[in-house]
Formats: sequence, C-alpha cells, structure tokens
Amino acid sequence: MIEVKKEPRILAQRVSFSHRLARISGLQWLLLIIPLGYIMILMVFSMMDFFKLSLFNEDGFTLEYFSHIFSTDIYLKVLWVTLKIALLVTFFSLIVAYPLAYMLVRTTSKLWKKIILASVLIPFWISLLVRTFAWSILLRKNGVINMILMEMGIIDQPLELIYNTTGVVIAMTHILLPYMVLSLYSVMEGIDQRLLLAAQSMGARPWKAFTQVFLPLSIPGVLSGSLLVFVMGIGYFITPALLGGSKTTMISMLIESNINTTLNWHLASALALVLFMATLILLFIAVLLTGKNPVLKELE
Amino acid sequence: MTLGNSLSVVNATKYYKKFKAVDDVNLTVNQGEFLTILGPSGSGKTSLLKLIAGFEQLSNGSIMLNHQDISNKKPYERQIGMLFQNYALFPHMTVFDNIAYPLSLRKMTKEEVKQKVESILKLIHLEEYAQRYPEQLSGGQQQRVALARAIVFNPPLLLLDEPLGALDKQLRKQMQLEIKQIQEHVGITTVSVTHDQEEALTMSDKICVMNKGRIEQVDSPEMLYKQPKNRFVAEFIGEINLIKGQVVSVTDGNAMVKVNEGMRVNIEINKDVAEEMKNKSMLIGLRPENIQIARDQTQFHNTIRVKVLETIYVGEAINIKTKMDTGEEIMAKIPAHMSELIVKGEEILLGWNSKDACLIPDETPI
Repeated sequence: MIEVKKEPRILAQRVSFSHRLARISGLQWLLLIIPLGYIMILMVFSMMDFFKLSLFNEDGFTLEYFSHIFSTDIYLKVLWVTLKIALLVTFFSLIVAYPLAYMLVRTTSKLWKKIILASVLIPFWISLLVRTFAWSILLRKNGVINMILMEMGIIDQPLELIYNTTGVVIAMTHILLPYMVLSLYSVMEGIDQRLLLAAQSMGARPWKAFTQVFLPLSIPGVLSGSLLVFVMGIGYFITPALLGGSKTTMISMLIESNINTTLNWHLASALALVLFMATLILLFIAVLLTGKNPVLKELE
Repeated sequence: MTLGNSLSVVNATKYYKKFKAVDDVNLTVNQGEFLTILGPSGSGKTSLLKLIAGFEQLSNGSIMLNHQDISNKKPYERQIGMLFQNYALFPHMTVFDNIAYPLSLRKMTKEEVKQKVESILKLIHLEEYAQRYPEQLSGGQQQRVALARAIVFNPPLLLLDEPLGALDKQLRKQMQLEIKQIQEHVGITTVSVTHDQEEALTMSDKICVMNKGRIEQVDSPEMLYKQPKNRFVAEFIGEINLIKGQVVSVTDGNAMVKVNEGMRVNIEINKDVAEEMKNKSMLIGLRPENIQIARDQTQFHNTIRVKVLETIYVGEAINIKTKMDTGEEIMAKIPAHMSELIVKGEEILLGWNSKDACLIPDETPI
C-alpha cells in the first residue's frame, strides 16, 4: 500500500516550480495574493526594516548592539530570566494540562467532558488584562490566597507571590494553559483507545499500558503544545509587565522600554532579533526531534 | 464441569443500566475448538466477548477458564490472547516490537524473546518485515502480525473480535483459511465474534447463534444449517422457505405434515423428538438449493405444483420466485443450465426428498 502512495509524491517533486505556479488559475491567484499580501506587508517591509536597525546605524554596518547585549550583565540576566520563565511556564502547564487532556479523552461521562472543556475554554475567552488583574488580586500580600493560608494556620507571614518570578509563572501558566490542553487533546483524541485494551489483554497493567503505549503516542501533542506555549511565553509582555515588578524583567519588557523610554531603537531591534533567533532555533530543534519519530512523521 | 473443558460461561448475565445485554448465557468451548458467536448487531455477542476478555464485569454468573474462575480477574491477569477488529497494532513499534510486547511483559530474556518472535514470524511468513512499522504493511499483513502478537505468549484462549471486518472480500476469504490454519497448527481454543455467516460457517467447529442477549442454538455449522432449532436461526443463516403445516402422523423417523387439504409433505426427523411433535403446528424449513425441478410426481418424495413469478440470474444458478396454490411464495435455486425449463407465468413441478427439509417449531401462531 505504501509503495502506491509514494509514487505520486516523487512525481510531484519532479515538476518544476514555475510549472507548478503556472497551474494556479486566475481566481486562485486572487485568493492567494490578498491574504498573502496582507501577511507579507508586515513581514517584509515593517519587520525587515525594523531588524535592519540592529545591524545598521548612521555609520553603516555594525555589530555593536549585539556585542553590547552579550557583554552586558543586565541583558544576559534578562535573557536568562526570560528563558527560565518560559521553560517553567511550559513545564507547569504541561503538568497541569496532561491529566486534564487525558481525562478529556478517557472519560466516558459527557458531563465531565463538558466541565473540563468549559473550565479550560471559559478563561480563554476572557480578556487577558482582566485575567492578569484577577491574579494580582488573588496573589497580593493581603490577597485571597495568603488570607486563606494564614487563616488555616499553614503560614504565619504572607507569602511573596506577586512582583516576582513566582507570580509571573503562576499567572502565565494559567493564561497559556488552554493552548497546551488543546494541543494535547487534539493528538490524544487521535490515539485509538483500543490500543490500551490490547496492551491490557497481553498482560500490561494499566500503568504500564499508559507509559508504554499512550504516553509515547501522545508525545507529538506534548511537543507541539510545549513549543506553542514556550514560543508564546518567551515573548510575553502584559502579564510580566503587570505582575513581574522591577525584579522580574522579561525581554519583551526590555524591548518596550528601549522603544518608548530610552528611544534606543537599534538596541530594541537587536533584542528583538535575539528573541526571534532563539525562537527559530527552538523550532528547528523541534522539527529535528519530530523527524526521528515514525508516529510524528505520519502526522506531518 | 467435564475434564478438558477449556472455557465455560455459566449463567452469564450482563446489565447495562436496565438493559440486559447478555441474558443467562451458558456456553462451553472444548480444548482446541474454534467457536464462533454469530448474531445480528445488538445481539449481545460483543458484550459476551468483552466479558470473557475482562473488559466488562459480569452482573451475574461466572466464567471459567481451565477450571479456574476468572470472573473477578482483571483483563491483564486473565492470560487471554485477543485479536481486535482494527488489529490495534502499536503504531510506534516495529513488527518485531509489537510481537515481542506481550513477551517483554513476562520477564523473558532477550534471547528467548528473539527466538519466539522469529519463530512466529516464520509461521506467518513475515520474516523480512520484522523491522517495518505497522503502517508500512498491507491490511492482510497487519492482520497476521496482530494474530501473531495475540498467540505468541501461548495463551490458553484466543478471542477474535470481528477479525475480518476491515478487509475486502477477496482477502477476507484468504485470511479465513489462513487464520484457521494457524489456529489448528497451534491448537489454541478460540472464540470468535462475527455477524458474517459465511465466515462463521467456513471457520468454525461450532457456531453459537445469539439474539437479544440469549443463545438461540449452539451446533456444528452443518447441523445449524440443516437442522435449525427455531425460526430465528433458520432465517438468520442462509436462505430458507418456511411453510406452515400440521404434523399429522409420525412413523419410523418420518413425519407426515399437512400443509393444506390437498397437500401432505413427508419429512425425515430425529426419532428422539418424534413424540413431542405429534399433532403440533410446525414450520417446514426448505432451503432453496434443495428444491429441484421434477419430471413427474414420483421422482422425489415430495412434489409441489407452483407458478413461476420471477427468475433472477445469479451466475452459477437461477433463483426463481414461485407461488403455491395457497398463495405462499417459495424460492428455489436451480442450476443455470436448466433455465430453459422455466418460463415466467407458467406452472412447474418442484420436488425435494424427505431428508432435505426440516421441521421448526412455529412460535408465532397467527
């Protein structure tokens, strides 16, 4: 069967690019050009122009902005904090989302399915700003969480939950959680549940069946969800800006202050390019990782 | 419990909420036997298989495997091999790893696993495919791998869930024989579930016909076809004409059945049931292929004059739809070369011998 499938694919590659372009008819061109043009205006003109600032100034080509970034402690520290927060958020959202998505596909109760989906999706529909402020109310010194913990006698002093990394990670995990749950869910839903029954019939205890069959098959969802959350997290602005305080600065906040406050657009551009490259490298690694897995190949 | 019984289902009942999916089922499968549970959808056949596999819990009754009650055991404790309808091969494992999976759960050394997998790959003629992934195999090959994986750990019982449902007709016939061959070679007790009567008839030693959660009849394919116990079985397996009649006399393994004033039919019956049949209202079961065209009234034990309503050419034979004087319709299957004897609208004489028909209790008096 697979041999039959492969044949047309090879043929398609042999057809030249110009030939393939010629196959697109007039109306199809129109349908392509309008949305593509809309996207490309930003990509080509605006972004290229902006990134050009990082490599060129009045004196011509220069690498001084990059060398400035990589030789100044504060910038390296911000890069590190950004990376750390993005990784922590990815990690925690995975920890929270995996059981949720798993229950979503495994439960036979329609009610539970609805409850889980609603609890994931309703926050998704509420404005980001509202959610961030809601978290600041919950997390501050005399906020609900500290009040309850002190009332119960678990702590004597209020915990420092806000204006630091902890607060940013808690709120960002919550905000980015739906992306993780939905990525996992879409892959898990495609896993044939009978595979688990099959594993059990061969003598695998449920935990073994899960770790040896379900988990490996859900890895594409773990990767795509993690990638999505990480990429969104690494460039996040509003939540760290409102909940991070002065100690927790992420790279997007630095870019913003360079543009709006210090008016150093060259440096802002260089920082943005560093962020962009970091994202690209991660995407590349992810593609490499997925390339080796036969299940993932199938999904492409 | 007699010795050598491999699987016994005793008074098995399964409720889904208030719905009785399996209703007081008793079934015994002997060592090495191939039993097929046959029934329409919703007959409870799949529920019964799930109960045996342990995927569902019995509401009542018990299931014994080699004299051990396994009713309360988890599926992974039951040691039952199962072949799923869609094969359920692990897509992230190679053919080798798929087959090795049940062995690896049993703490065998790598050499033992390798040797067992290789010998079973030989049995299914897929030695060169060990390092391929399931998606790179054809449907029939996947089927064979799934079968190998289900029997490689020497389970005492093999369950087949609609094993050939996903294959096209030609491949299905080939796989029927292949599965049967492997099953006989290994000598494993097998319970299969299907709604395909042809599959059941070709593969099984015994067939269990289910309907509405109950067992209608358990018999060899031949007996089931020749001597259905009730109307459901008669109509579910193959084509059959059912003619109402009254048993008027029973002599020496022969029953005389009165269809109407002018017509009496002679039917061979089992002597054991002769007494209880007397004067009962019964259905005469007559397979279309057992009816032939008669030259005169003496050529067969029974003859009947009918009018031809319709002829349908089906290749090797012609199905003819006819009508008796009483208005009842009779279908007959006549070899194609006799087609010139049949003319639409004309009367013909049909005949059959007394051993070619059977008597079925008439449960629906009208």
